[in-house]
Amino acid sequence: MASTETKTTAKTPQDTAQGAGLDGVEAGLDALEVPAPSRTTAKQTLLNKVLPPLVAVAVVLVVWQALISFKIVDDPTKLPSPADVGGEFRDAWLQGNLLGYIWTSVSRGLLGFLFALAIGTPLGLLVARVKFVRAAIGPVLSGLQSLPSVAWVPPAVIWLGLDNSMMYAVILLGAVPSIANGLVSGIDQVPPLFLRAGRTMGATGVRGAWHIVLPAALPGYLAGLKQGWAFSWRSLMAAEIIASSPDLGIGLGALLENGRNASSMSMVFEAIILILFVGIAIDLLIFSPLERWVLRSRGLLVKS
Amino acid sequence: MATTLAKAAGAEAVEHAARLEHVSKSFAVPGGQQLVLDDIGLDVAPGEFVTLLGASGCGKSTLLNLVAGLDRPTAGSITTDGRPALMFQEHALFPWLTAGKNIELALKLRGVAKSDRRGRAEELLELVRLKGAYGKRVHELSGGMRQRVAMARALAQESNLLLMDEPFAALDAITRDVLHDELTRIWQETGVSVLFVTHNVREAVRLAQRVVLLSSRPGRVARQWTVDIPQPRRIEDAPVAELSLEITEVLRGEIRRHGQH
Repeated sequence: MASTETKTTAKTPQDTAQGAGLDGVEAGLDALEVPAPSRTTAKQTLLNKVLPPLVAVAVVLVVWQALISFKIVDDPTKLPSPADVGGEFRDAWLQGNLLGYIWTSVSRGLLGFLFALAIGTPLGLLVARVKFVRAAIGPVLSGLQSLPSVAWVPPAVIWLGLDNSMMYAVILLGAVPSIANGLVSGIDQVPPLFLRAGRTMGATGVRGAWHIVLPAALPGYLAGLKQGWAFSWRSLMAAEIIASSPDLGIGLGALLENGRNASSMSMVFEAIILILFVGIAIDLLIFSPLERWVLRSRGLLVKS
Repeated sequence: MATTLAKAAGAEAVEHAARLEHVSKSFAVPGGQQLVLDDIGLDVAPGEFVTLLGASGCGKSTLLNLVAGLDRPTAGSITTDGRPALMFQEHALFPWLTAGKNIELALKLRGVAKSDRRGRAEELLELVRLKGAYGKRVHELSGGMRQRVAMARALAQESNLLLMDEPFAALDAITRDVLHDELTRIWQETGVSVLFVTHNVREAVRLAQRVVLLSSRPGRVARQWTVDIPQPRRIEDAPVAELSLEITEVLRGEIRRHGQH
């Protein structure tokens, strides 16, 4: 903007001309380089996000019904019809049991997950920051992730008996390693540049951990939480299926086991569908929005 | 604004914003020690703008890290007037904070009271001409805007010495020119001392009062030039080009020595 005419003039006017012009040039550059914000419409969301899973569910139902209708599988003890399973849901709802089944398991799962959170977070911090602890238990912690948590059910039953504490123990053993490992890898992946920038600003020690390391590690931590929830839920279902007792109430795992004992395949299907539904719902309602919010606010989520 | 940022009165008591005496640095490499910096002596006067110029392997960034206190010299001493602020080639803004909150974090870590931070951050953003950017996330800003926020954050430390490690190297030429003008203006308004590292000869001449040329492997002070071309300069100005040519010749001579083994 400070173009040819300013050049020919004396130094002082050029000074002001350049100063004033710079403002405009800068504003122009800023406007050119910042992408215009785009908003997706409700219709697009419906078309891109809601419709595909609905279609997928519809296809499964159609195939399922076809297997029954065309008598490809003609044995209700092996494959009940969608209508039978639907009837099972209706009965459970009318008897007022459906929400009870779900709540028994979900409350257990979430409470166990919160315990796992409270233990896994400090454990992860310790492993990430203290060399000795990392060398001592780091590999074990990673190894535990590959151990199916159902393996913990028999010893937990023997140690703690058939009650809720045994369920929580199994959830903890399943979820704590995931949560701790997520935090560790989140901390390991903090860009060194952030640490250097923080140090020159005086963020060292505890202040450095609080202001720089932890917020920088948040995406990795959240990924760990998400996986931790999946592990909690799976561990809990394993525990409920294996260890059933009248004292424990009927959760979704027990429902499945009852269905098997009663040779009611439609009840087994009901339980499986509910287990899947709850797992997906918790993820969609809690963890995915949290993760997307964190990633989006950091510009890490590319809009497709 | 200039009065709050400038430390002119306080700085007069201190003779140097930074003083490096016989500074050497070597790193352990397989099979021994590699000398990166050799007996560097350098003073930066309060309010002075010095550029450190050199080819690859001259240890410019190592030197800056030493002055910033991120690393210790193997020998020699470095004294600075308080903790210097440091700007990197990458903006190094924290993506979990908005532009304004990035600046406020620097203020907070310096001990500025909570009630004063917001206003101070807005002032600093205005200084780098980003008035409306307070609530913007880092990824919503262009490269040039990010470096200006980084500059504001560095200034928020109210350090007497601003260290800049090739801060404009990753920007396009148009933006870089504009930021040169900005930096000169801010330097003049605030009276902060600047130690600016670059491998771009014209940039060095465009900005500095003094250009210090470092030789490579190990880095030594090869030569210095005082630049008395009046500001504001432009990178296309004839005197800037002339001096750049002279310095480039010396720089090439230094580089040539490495090919002669």
